[in-house]
Amino acid sequence: MRRTLTEKLLAAHAVSGEAKTGSIVQCRVDLALANDITAPLAIKSFRAMGATKVFDKNKIALVMDHFTPNRDIASAEQVRGVREFAKEMGIVHYYEGGDCGVEHALLPELGLVGPGDVVVGADSHTCTYGALGAFATGMGSTDVAGAMVLGETWFKVPDAIHVTITGAMGPWVGGKDLILQVIGEIGVAGARYCVMEFDGPVIEDLSIEGRMTMANMAIEAGGKAGLFAADDKTLAYCAAHNRPNAEKIAADQGAEYQREVTIDVTGMSPRVAVPHLPENVKGVEECKGTTIQQAVIGSCTNGRIEDLREAAAVLGGRKVSKNVRAIILPATPAIWKQAMDEGLFTVFMDAGCVVGPPTCGPCLGGHMGILGKGERAISTTNRNFKGRMGHLESEVYLAGPAVAAASAVAGEIVHPDAL
Amino acid sequence: MTAPIRGTAHTMGHHIDTDAIIPATYLVSTDPIELGKYCMAGMDPDWVNHVEEGDIIVAGENFGCGSSREHAPIAIIGAGVKAVIAKSFARIFYRNAFNMGLLLLEVGDAVDKISQGDTLSIDPAAGTITDETTGESFKFAPVPPFMQEILNKGGLVGYVSDRLESQAG
Repeated sequence: MRRTLTEKLLAAHAVSGEAKTGSIVQCRVDLALANDITAPLAIKSFRAMGATKVFDKNKIALVMDHFTPNRDIASAEQVRGVREFAKEMGIVHYYEGGDCGVEHALLPELGLVGPGDVVVGADSHTCTYGALGAFATGMGSTDVAGAMVLGETWFKVPDAIHVTITGAMGPWVGGKDLILQVIGEIGVAGARYCVMEFDGPVIEDLSIEGRMTMANMAIEAGGKAGLFAADDKTLAYCAAHNRPNAEKIAADQGAEYQREVTIDVTGMSPRVAVPHLPENVKGVEECKGTTIQQAVIGSCTNGRIEDLREAAAVLGGRKVSKNVRAIILPATPAIWKQAMDEGLFTVFMDAGCVVGPPTCGPCLGGHMGILGKGERAISTTNRNFKGRMGHLESEVYLAGPAVAAASAVAGEIVHPDAL
Repeated sequence: MTAPIRGTAHTMGHHIDTDAIIPATYLVSTDPIELGKYCMAGMDPDWVNHVEEGDIIVAGENFGCGSSREHAPIAIIGAGVKAVIAKSFARIFYRNAFNMGLLLLEVGDAVDKISQGDTLSIDPAAGTITDETTGESFKFAPVPPFMQEILNKGGLVGYVSDRLESQAG
């Protein structure tokens, strides 16, 4: 039988049930993840289950990245509880402070996720690891608590949608623009309870970082996961990131998909998702004249070194508008150091940006960049729901790093070439 | 199986996201009563003041899209809501609600016909929703067997503790 990548990955982890589309299968998990918001609830459920130890102290990651550095006493207390739990259980991969980054940028960098893995995380953007050929999906805290105890969880094997990206990418167009275009075409429920398996010539040429940006936003189309074959590029990334023995994996030729979506990106300009849904996708030129008060460059979607380089290429020799707060948050300590070593911070500081620590803060209206009433932000993050970054009467526009940087300079949403 | 439910319908639109259900800023608690105070605060901070114990949310497509935060079904439960009827649910939310014991029903024709403020009664055993205000009834399919098994163990917490006990035994 010719199998989708989804079926292959789940079949390789099945302990009971058949990993055929539509059936329910119990699977081993290679990693269970939670953060400072979701781990406290997972620990509560873990205790309620009567558990006294985790299934494997090496296969659990607890990353304190959302309201951190702790924004208030309540968030500090949540982190304290998780820290004590990690110590009690002997959890090896607990991250807080100087070794901590935005979880979905940090874990691939540390080699904790890789091709062939099944990963569950109490964070919806866990789907990022699909970029490396892992079946990775977001769940709630109680589901993750169950996985922490048993080392297993159940899945209904999802239908797969085959998304093929063809054509030639224009200037300043990257992974963010590709995934926004996909979400714009199929809608925020277009892949509900499905996996998107991405391929095509554009994907083959795309960097692993660009693929992570795309996989990251599979959930924004309702997807359970967004998968990419693990190819030579994946193996090179893994070899450079503490994962030396990774192996290639891909869907079988001729596998059956629920739906085929083909997108030709020739001539496509950078994309922008306007409030209040990620499916409200327009060309950047259609947003001209939209003034902004804040620009955020960072997050699990676009806070990697490639993104910071792109922003620096636009900001070099220019000044951020007096009316805009431009906030740059490298996603991990390693990215932070690399950006410093490459001189990107000099570019950002000369342009008038604020450079902050790795944190999810502003993406979810947590801290370090909250919007007031009537304010508008352009952001490289993943959601533009109403009130996402602060006041209910504020607005978030989603874009890639180049458009966010250019808009910070212009004080309104613009194409980088229009500066 | 869940006991019969009777309450007032609170209607809403499509794609009600988890930031609408419980904005991230309130996620410094795991307590249902505390989270319940801010249920739907991302849509309308006053919404919760019009809800009584036993009430029912009636929504469009893709209810619960967005974050994996389990705080979303917990906030709904904390506000006193006993069931959500929608055209469709986002899948992480669906699973979370199930694990938390919040009844979700995908019944599109009911959503089309129920109006804000109608009195509804749900009989989970019979698989019926009755709009007492209009007199109309709607059928829904029974819960799938695998989920029934988890339900029979009292939710996921009960299911896992049961497995732990059998391993120890």
